[in-house]
Amino acid sequence: MSIHTFHIQRLQRNEETGSIYLKGKNNMKIIKRTAVALATTIFFATVASAADPITVVSWGGSYGKAQDSALFNDASKNSGIAINRESGASMSKACLQVESGAVTWDLVVTGSGSGAAAAAKGCLEKIDYGVVDVSDFYPNLYTDYCVGSDVFATVMAWNTDKYGEPGTPGAPNSWADFWDVKKFPGTRAYRANNVDGALEPALMADGVPPEKVYEVLATRAGKERAIRKIRELKPHISVFWGSGAQQAQLMKDAEVDMTTGWNGRFDNAKKDGAKVGYTFNQALLDYDCFAMPKGAPNKTTAMKFLAEVSKPEYQANLPFYITYGPTNKKAYEITTAPKALIESLPSHPKNVPLMLPVSLDFYAKNRTEAIELYMELMSE
Amino acid sequence: MLLGLATPSILTIIAIIMIPLGWLFYLSFIGKGGEFSLENYQRMIEYKSYFRVYIITFEVSILTTLVCILIGYPLAYFLSQLPQRFAGFFMLTVLLPFWTSLLVRTYAWLVLLQKKGLLNEFAMQIGLWETPIKLVHNMTGTLIGMAHIMLPFLVLPLYGAMRRIEPEMMQAAANLGAKPVHAFWKIFFPMSLPGMVAGSLIVFVLCLGFYVTPAVLGGGRVVMVATQITAILENQFNWGAASALGVVLLLATLVILFIAGRILKLDNVLFGRS
Repeated sequence: MSIHTFHIQRLQRNEETGSIYLKGKNNMKIIKRTAVALATTIFFATVASAADPITVVSWGGSYGKAQDSALFNDASKNSGIAINRESGASMSKACLQVESGAVTWDLVVTGSGSGAAAAAKGCLEKIDYGVVDVSDFYPNLYTDYCVGSDVFATVMAWNTDKYGEPGTPGAPNSWADFWDVKKFPGTRAYRANNVDGALEPALMADGVPPEKVYEVLATRAGKERAIRKIRELKPHISVFWGSGAQQAQLMKDAEVDMTTGWNGRFDNAKKDGAKVGYTFNQALLDYDCFAMPKGAPNKTTAMKFLAEVSKPEYQANLPFYITYGPTNKKAYEITTAPKALIESLPSHPKNVPLMLPVSLDFYAKNRTEAIELYMELMSE
Repeated sequence: MLLGLATPSILTIIAIIMIPLGWLFYLSFIGKGGEFSLENYQRMIEYKSYFRVYIITFEVSILTTLVCILIGYPLAYFLSQLPQRFAGFFMLTVLLPFWTSLLVRTYAWLVLLQKKGLLNEFAMQIGLWETPIKLVHNMTGTLIGMAHIMLPFLVLPLYGAMRRIEPEMMQAAANLGAKPVHAFWKIFFPMSLPGMVAGSLIVFVLCLGFYVTPAVLGGGRVVMVATQITAILENQFNWGAASALGVVLLLATLVILFIAGRILKLDNVLFGRS
């Protein structure tokens, strides 16, 4: 701080003495001084402002908006912790910040699988469960490095004009139907460049019972079997999607007839007028969580904020904005959401038995090999 | 004096180009455990996807360059024949999209070309075709989008070269009895070649690193090197593997430019040596 004021004072003194600095050699000096003063001002300004609000990073589209409305805005107001909201959350960017020693993010949303991978790479801070209270959480929805924020499902969704409303006779109801282009002629969309949740449906479509899926996938032959099944469908896959926002857009524009994707995105697309329906039958049950990059600039404050957003009263509001289930059991008890809405959440006891819970253990051990095989298929 | 003035820029180039490049090479030889290893290169041989991705990358880049030449050459010729002030106006139509965000233009193409997009709807209404044609989420869409974005990079140097060709040359050719077509191919075209080669090279090299446009308009079917690098970083946090992809792309590009240089005698056209 002292260097900063010193330069400003010198500069001012020079200005007071009048016109000499406009000519000749002094000109250069003044430019240098101004530059130094400017640089120090900028430097101190950044340091000063970084100390205050914490940076919370989520995803774009309806997901981030839902979290703002249900969680972040109210939690920030009630706790008095100012937040700086950014989009484009990604564990690889978080790891890059950690590795380059320039961490600017405090809390980052991630899928459970990427969160676990980032933790294994040493990119994340341990969660302080003395501060964050998870005593009312469902088991398996938090780890040492990631606190569950919501439960979602990877489902198959389709154009209801084309294949009928979910649950009506003749409507698609299983992954076998997704693959059956004779019974359900039309175009498909499937996940691009990322294997998370992409192999399980293929095996179920190939006749593997849900409870055996991860057992089969653990072997190289099992993975290749899944890839073969997707290759069989590939001529009918007209788009490979890269994000949740894109899943919603594809259904809104009726660009494809059937796609895989995240249930909440389709409910919101439907609210926007898309002719889309989906089923929880054989869907993949998964969760998102909050992680903290190692060396987060406002660790203590961010941990307090994480404790605040994990409280049931905020999670209880989430279903109003996106149909993702709470991770805190208490939220189910206190939510004012109507019964029909609650029953449409992936973590509702009525829906859970229909689905296959995603195995973090499988991804921890097999992800690299699975991605290589999936990229082979993508580039064909 | 000369060296003194150049020092800052030489240092800048070393700092922002040479050092990161060296770092990239270094990283590509670092294995998962942090030790020196060739695993990042071995895996590019083990899995066929890497080879295919390079082929697709060069295919897209070459095709985009060709489309740009096909559209850009007549356009630049037209512009160069106009009086200067009209040329300025038409040049604006080329440059205007140049100043618009790349992302916006890419998504605009998506809206135009998709199944229920403006183009398909319009064509079906006036009866050009019955069922929607697949114009996007494939190679076609990627090429349309990329050619649109790359066109100014070809037209600008080409236009500059064509403007420098004195009209008297063509008149002289006509005086000596050459038909216009003959004069064009014998006089105008060879003289415009340096501009075309320079523009094509810029387009080709820029295409190699393209990410957004093929990712959005390719529908996941046009996997270029940049896409593959992102996938590796996003999913595996594997900097070594991603660096190795970058290194191979760089080397492959240098080899291609070297061969092209030999065939096209780039030294002559780019630096005016004879």
